Amino acid sequence: MAADATRVMALLKQALLAPASVTDLAAPDLDLLIRSARRVRLLARLAVEFQSAGVFDTLPLVARDQLHGTLVYAEARARLTRWELDRIAWALADAPPSPVVAMKGCAYLLLGLPKAASRIMSDVDLMLSEAELEAVEKRLNQKGWRTKPLSPYDDHYYRRWTHELPPLAHVERQVEIDLHHNLLPVTARLKPPAEPLLAAAVAVPGSPYRVLDGPDMVLHAMVHLFYSDEMADKLRDLVDIADLLGHFAAEDAGFWQRLVDRARLLGLERPAFYGLRYARQLLDCPVPEPILAAIASWGPPAPVRRLMDRLTTDALYPPHPDEDAPAAVVASRRLLYARSHWIRMPPWLLTYHLGYKFFVTRVRRQRPPHRPVPG
Amino acid sequence: MTGAGHGGQVVSDLPAETFAARLAGPGLGIRMGPFHTRVQVGVPAVQAALYRFYGAHPVVADDDVFSFHVKLAPTRGLPLVHRPRVRFSVDGRRPHEDMPLAQALPVFEWGLNLVVALRCYGFLMLHAGVLERNGQAMLLPAAPGDGKSTLCAGLAFRGWRLFSDEFGLLRPGSTDMLPVPRPVALKNGSVEIIRAFAPAADIGPLTRNTRKGDVAHLKPPADAVQRQHAPAPAALVVFPRWEAGAAVELEDLSPAEAFMRLAVNAFNYELLGEAAFDTVRRLVEGARCFSLRYGDLEAAAEHLGALADGEL
Repeated sequence: MAADATRVMALLKQALLAPASVTDLAAPDLDLLIRSARRVRLLARLAVEFQSAGVFDTLPLVARDQLHGTLVYAEARARLTRWELDRIAWALADAPPSPVVAMKGCAYLLLGLPKAASRIMSDVDLMLSEAELEAVEKRLNQKGWRTKPLSPYDDHYYRRWTHELPPLAHVERQVEIDLHHNLLPVTARLKPPAEPLLAAAVAVPGSPYRVLDGPDMVLHAMVHLFYSDEMADKLRDLVDIADLLGHFAAEDAGFWQRLVDRARLLGLERPAFYGLRYARQLLDCPVPEPILAAIASWGPPAPVRRLMDRLTTDALYPPHPDEDAPAAVVASRRLLYARSHWIRMPPWLLTYHLGYKFFVTRVRRQRPPHRPVPG
Repeated sequence: MTGAGHGGQVVSDLPAETFAARLAGPGLGIRMGPFHTRVQVGVPAVQAALYRFYGAHPVVADDDVFSFHVKLAPTRGLPLVHRPRVRFSVDGRRPHEDMPLAQALPVFEWGLNLVVALRCYGFLMLHAGVLERNGQAMLLPAAPGDGKSTLCAGLAFRGWRLFSDEFGLLRPGSTDMLPVPRPVALKNGSVEIIRAFAPAADIGPLTRNTRKGDVAHLKPPADAVQRQHAPAPAALVVFPRWEAGAAVELEDLSPAEAFMRLAVNAFNYELLGEAAFDTVRRLVEGARCFSLRYGDLEAAAEHLGALADGEL
């Protein structure tokens, strides 16, 4: 069983780093690769890699049909995202707040990053100064965007304790919009200041949006993976980090040093440590030696580091689709899930929040709304 | 790589016990049109039903690539406390809630439809029945309740080759319809209508009170399955509507009107975008398009047969 999980890991890594080698795979391995990549939302990415490597057309038709299908889906999501950004810009055009920063996938799309088109988009994430957040929400409400139905508890929770408003969606469309005023909830252990992030944001030519400056964008991706939600099956987010590092390092020789300086300024040393460590360990990202030396002291104590190495690997890679995950992997994922809460809120709030959620889901038997993710 | 289905092993070549054991254990690959489906089923009644309805379908070798790995398993719960349910999953993920065990067969068939509709975005997927006659395909695009499945089932016993009662499937850039012959889900009154219309039809047991009413499955004719690798160019597009007591009425549709009706009928028109626009345009330009009103299945079958044979 553990051997199967190792196989999944080896197949995904090999396909991402050396896509042309897919032609050497026996059909059952190709089958397992496709299933695993779909689960971690990297199938469209692999399809593009196979195309660039010139091996797409050599694959069996049943495999090509699946890769093509997921590419169509990724393109459609990108189209919807671009249109939503266009509509939001229209809605705010009469008195543009300054600045509106497009984050994550939206930023990669606006910048035209080479791999952005094969990244399956989900939400539109925007960051604004906290002072402008409510006014912008009101103006979007006037132009047809509505807060998705939430319980009063959840609505209050979003507004009081997180770094974003409850998600909005236009009445005629399904794309979810998250308006943020920071990278992390106000309750989190790490408290990066928002002002320098907004101040350094750069304009995108031909667009009313700004995006975070290169180092900040990478740090956000790292914070997002290691310090916000669950890490289970989030290999795609580590691929994002490796992509961004490669892109900005190729563009700007001073990038690596700027990244280090910026992490220090924003108090994001620990996520930077994890991001660089695992992008290098798991995806062979070429982080320069002097940079590794500079951040060596940013990690946790050695026992915790060894534990995180193990947990991260177990969490990011998907388990074998036909097998129950080995107990150790399940334990890793649960520990990381607990950690994601622990670092996001102080103990008293955590106790209250989990107590309430337990009451709602177990005692009153209301399941949290389920969002299906096709593709 | 195997699984082309020309003279290879078919499901009924396996003894029923072997088939059931494979479904209960490691699973068995079944080729359904362009899809390789690996099937695991832990419900004995469904194993038997699939052996019956998919008997003519080619078996896909274990060491091949699959389009989907689907699994139908009874869920464990406390006896007397939890009503028995089945869980449909695809590649280890559940697309919907567990359903009552008594509805296991429809749950499996609808689950497969759902997987196709939610995953195979590279094909243009019209919500249409498709049949072939004289080497030419006829599309019957319709909304639920317009009698699409009944008409498909009826025509399959009046000289037409069944492609599908659910999916009008094509690869963008071509107007060749792809067969995906599978059991036809007959609902409510149409079960008795088809029994009377085609006494040779192999219709399974009735499942009552599903979300679409009472359902029974019709085994696709063996010939339709044996020739599932042979597409046919779209030559007729007929939008059917059943109305009690109506005489057969076939009305010409302009390409523009047919285009609009087909575009809203597709499962993935917006998703596929420009490729869908282009394919639907070529479809309505290359085919004759009609709307059909009918009250009597026999009269409709006669009319459509004559239309395809060039007698109208």
